[in-house]
Amino acid sequence: MKVRILVSLKESILDPQGQTVKNALLTLGYDKVRDVRQGKVFELDLEGVTEEEAKGLVPLICDRVLANPIIEEFNWQILKES
Amino acid sequence: MKFGVVVFPGSNCDRDTYYALKDVLRQPTLFLWHKDHDLKKVDCVVLPGGFSYGDYLRAGAIARFSPLMQEVAEFAVRGGLVLGICNGFQVLTELGLLPGAMLRNKNLKFLCQFVNLRLENTDTAFTRNGTAGQVLRIPIAHFDGNYYAPPETLKDIESHNQVLLRYSTPEGELTAEANVNGSLNSIAGLINKRGNVMGMMPHPERASEDLFGSRDGRVILESLLKGF
Repeated sequence: MKVRILVSLKESILDPQGQTVKNALLTLGYDKVRDVRQGKVFELDLEGVTEEEAKGLVPLICDRVLANPIIEEFNWQILKES
Repeated sequence: MKFGVVVFPGSNCDRDTYYALKDVLRQPTLFLWHKDHDLKKVDCVVLPGGFSYGDYLRAGAIARFSPLMQEVAEFAVRGGLVLGICNGFQVLTELGLLPGAMLRNKNLKFLCQFVNLRLENTDTAFTRNGTAGQVLRIPIAHFDGNYYAPPETLKDIESHNQVLLRYSTPEGELTAEANVNGSLNSIAGLINKRGNVMGMMPHPERASEDLFGSRDGRVILESLLKGF
């Protein structure tokens, strides 16, 4: 199956890259933009994994490698069942 | 004292560090390849600056999975001395040997400049040649050195006197301006509770001879030699 993981800085942590993008958008006149947070996207192709197993596996991979739990949070979704 | 300088793909201060330890301090020094499993009986492991694994994922995030780093982690647990400089500091936080994490510099710029550092705690193997309150002039060169730790961790670090270096003015004052990268509590260098693992963003090897414009880095490097 294919899963997509989004890793971003925690809400409580200032995201200067997101702020810079927000300022650029405001400069261009997109004054409806309240806030911008920037993150990273990972797509994992998992072989022979059930949905139930993915629920255990994906958060483990995120906590150990893809995200640094001190500063980042993640969420994920299944893109395609195998 | 026998030093081992770890070399990762992308390390770029390994030679400078080797030079400072071997030729300036005149200590037996060797390189340790990240794929090896053997620390070759060194007394102190130094993780040098650079961009291990191209800073892919997060600075220091991949280096910690190197075979040699498992040995370094065990070495640290046994009480062995470990010094992480710049990228080495980032690796130590990723590995969990030091608390906290590094965020991008507050101004989103790569900072390559001399900074002033106030020496806080001189009761450690890494700082005992200095005096508390002394200001050291040592260069930094990093993109991700904005130190962060959750409030409770930060409180714990401070209450155990684990902060060894803070960004300051030349007079030793802590100001927002002197805190160039935006680090919490102006933290530039930290030690673990046990006192055998230190991480610092500034580069002591780049301030080891008068020719470099400062030799203040030797306060840190030479502290390690006491007793050896």
